[in-house]
Amino acid sequence: MGATPTSWYLVLSAILFAIGAAGVLVRRNLIVIFMAIELCLNAVNLTFVALARSLGSVDGQVIVFFVMTVAAAEAAVGLAIIIALVRTRETTNADEVATLRW
Amino acid sequence: MVTDVSWLRWIVIFPALGTLFHVFVGGRAKGAVKLVGPGVLLAAFAVAVAAAMRVHGMEEGGALRDALYTWIVAGPLRVEAAFRVDALSMVMTLIVTGIGFLIHVYSVGYMHDDPGFARFFAYLNLFITAMLILVLADNLLLLFVGWEGVGLCSYLLIGFWYQDEKNAIAGKKAFLVNRVGDAGFLLGLFCLVAYTGTLEIQAIEHQHLDTLRTAMLGGWPVAVVIGLLLFVGATGKSAQIPLYVWLPDAMAGPTPVSALIHAATMVTAGVYMMTRLHFVYEVAPAALAVVAWVGAATALGAAIIGVAQTDIKKVLAYSTVSQLGYMVLGIGVGVAPAAIFHVVTHAFFKGLLFLGAGSVIHAMGGEQDMRKMGGLHAHLPTTFATMLIGTLAIAGVPPLAGFFSKDEIVWGAFAGPHAQPILGIVAYAAAFLTAFYMGRMLFMTFFGTCRASHEVQHHLHESPSSMTTPLIVLAILSVFGGFLPIPHLVETVVGHHAEEGAPYSMLLLATGIAVGGLVLAWVLYVRQPELPGLFAEDFGQFYQLVFDKFRVDELYDAVIVGPLFALADFIAFRFDPGVVDGAVNGTGFVVAETSSIWRRAQTGNVQHYALSFLLGALALVWYLARS
Amino acid sequence: MNPVAFLVLAALTIAAALTVVLHRNPVHSALGLVSTLFLLSVQFVGLDAEMVAVLQIIVYAGAVVVLFLFVIMLLNLQIEVRRTGGPVLVGVAGSAAVALAALIVRSVAGRPATGAVEVPAGFGSATALGERLFTAYLVPFELTSLLLLVAVIGAVVLAKKKA
Repeated sequence: MGATPTSWYLVLSAILFAIGAAGVLVRRNLIVIFMAIELCLNAVNLTFVALARSLGSVDGQVIVFFVMTVAAAEAAVGLAIIIALVRTRETTNADEVATLRW
Repeated sequence: MVTDVSWLRWIVIFPALGTLFHVFVGGRAKGAVKLVGPGVLLAAFAVAVAAAMRVHGMEEGGALRDALYTWIVAGPLRVEAAFRVDALSMVMTLIVTGIGFLIHVYSVGYMHDDPGFARFFAYLNLFITAMLILVLADNLLLLFVGWEGVGLCSYLLIGFWYQDEKNAIAGKKAFLVNRVGDAGFLLGLFCLVAYTGTLEIQAIEHQHLDTLRTAMLGGWPVAVVIGLLLFVGATGKSAQIPLYVWLPDAMAGPTPVSALIHAATMVTAGVYMMTRLHFVYEVAPAALAVVAWVGAATALGAAIIGVAQTDIKKVLAYSTVSQLGYMVLGIGVGVAPAAIFHVVTHAFFKGLLFLGAGSVIHAMGGEQDMRKMGGLHAHLPTTFATMLIGTLAIAGVPPLAGFFSKDEIVWGAFAGPHAQPILGIVAYAAAFLTAFYMGRMLFMTFFGTCRASHEVQHHLHESPSSMTTPLIVLAILSVFGGFLPIPHLVETVVGHHAEEGAPYSMLLLATGIAVGGLVLAWVLYVRQPELPGLFAEDFGQFYQLVFDKFRVDELYDAVIVGPLFALADFIAFRFDPGVVDGAVNGTGFVVAETSSIWRRAQTGNVQHYALSFLLGALALVWYLARS
Repeated sequence: MNPVAFLVLAALTIAAALTVVLHRNPVHSALGLVSTLFLLSVQFVGLDAEMVAVLQIIVYAGAVVVLFLFVIMLLNLQIEVRRTGGPVLVGVAGSAAVALAALIVRSVAGRPATGAVEVPAGFGSATALGERLFTAYLVPFELTSLLLLVAVIGAVVLAKKKA
């Protein structure tokens, strides 16, 4: 059996990213929005790994390493914000925290 | 023929130093001002006399020249700042410094109690400086500097008592009307530069006359155009129709100012300028015709108005306008030497009359209405005697000065190089009226019963010697001035015009007119004083028209000033706030309104913002994917 | 990797992703996320990125998702009544996402399929990764550790109860 073409990986990645993006935009629950963001990041990771393999360079995987680190840090801080937010406003609905407005 | 010297500049520097002194130190040193003010004039006069004697010793047509420095070098145009004393400017300089000195002495007495004593002398000195620059300039641009300078000083001095708004308005009027004349003058200068490339008077006379004679501008020879444009400037400065309207209002200034500026010197600047540029006018006879007619019309018109005036200074003001008309008429018929002669004699007797009027006003405690005067000859003997001489001189009674100078002009109207006999008749009519209204002034003021209040009568006193001495000097000059060989001197510069002297019949006629006018005035104002009132009633409307100075000011107001103010109002209160401010504010308003529409994109909902991100990223990817 | 295997895995991954995004219950979404991460880890192994695959399990599935679950429990989140924003938003966002995917797919699909390039042995191992990390990418590495420090402090400060 031959190897799967790189482009297939990239297509999968695109689809996953789109799903994640749609989730970010559409869902009301803040936690779920966060999870959708993680989904986007993972789709990107897949892209990097696939291209690293196809170009024969480990650098792509190094980048994935960094992405993961940053994503972890971001998740920690983001969830802390959500906790603080819920403590004040008693809601996790995105519609009700729309104060950064005109 | 032209000798270069380096001391002519002192004629101008002395009064200039005086100005600086009065500006910076004068306020604290009133005693010094009394000496410095007239003193610098005396010094300038002395230098002028020295120059005069030097020129007199030279052959005919000789001149002294003092080149100060090269002022402008702009491409082909070169303007030298230089002073020139020839017979013509010598005459003018002596008049300016000499009469100026007498009036400065008079002012020491007249303005003694005025809080602006030093300021007055500063302005006066500045005026003399500018007038001397005008008269001594060898270059038309330098002449214009002096021209503008005297206009400025006229404004400053007319509005000297600016706390009273009327005076400030009069000063403003003088300045603005003069500005109109100056615009014409400048246009004339522009034409000169365009066609000859220079403003040096001597250069134009000796090198470029042919160009002026032959080149055409708008269908007329350039010389005619230039002559008329420069004449516009002269109508402003020398108060001819239509720009004379400032001079009667200028009587708002202190009387010494009226005497110096509006009788003896500044107003003659136009006449001097046209004499200086006689060579331009000689190749532009059409322009000379205009000049002559305007002069004659002014002479007659102002005389008519003067007949009905009741303010003693206004009578003298219209008299000045009328006499200036004579001078301009003289230029127009080609006898410029006679015109300058009249400038000199007029300086003597009009200066005398104004200073005498000042003395009367001083004695009357500020009253200027002749209807409230009368019988003053007993209280003011010196003033009366000198003013009597002045009146006889201006009326043209021989052998006083006025007779000779007026007569030369009238003779020129009949037989001069550009004679217009009809204007000679106009001149005679004006002469009759002049004698009449001057006699009227004299009789109303000094004869009959005193119509002033008891209060005023109690305070009547003759003026101090600082005021009466100049009167006496001027009276002497008015008597003997007619024998000065002025016309001959001017002819050395302007050129001889071979003409026979006037026939004796003319001289007799002139004398008869003068005496007749005075006699009529005597009858109407001393013998039967009720008659003028009856005449006024009979001629009702016409009298009112004359009394209202033909309502020329009102006409100007309606036709020129009114529309200008309306336009200014429109621009200031409608156009500026509406269009200009509107554009600026409108821009702000549009920005604010647009942004208030756009700001609704800031919903506060983070996901909406994320959507914008996505759309942006989409566009970017699409763009990158195209290639 | 075997294309067939890939397709199966891909289908499963997409299904899991959809669960994350579409399910009402946040806990189910979290489970969906874990599944996605696992499946992706398998993909990584197929791409000779063993180290990264292991890290994915440990860090992502093992720590991040656990964190998520902790927070869900802590806040005692209820199943929300309204799952998604208004239909307009769904329409626009959905179309935008689809458009993005389509664009990428189209630009990628045009390329010739690259066959497997010969990779040296030890490609994707800890050694290879470490070698790159501590030479060319040393500075970002150190900066990342600083970032983690900041994140820890920030998270503590933000989540603290005000005294």
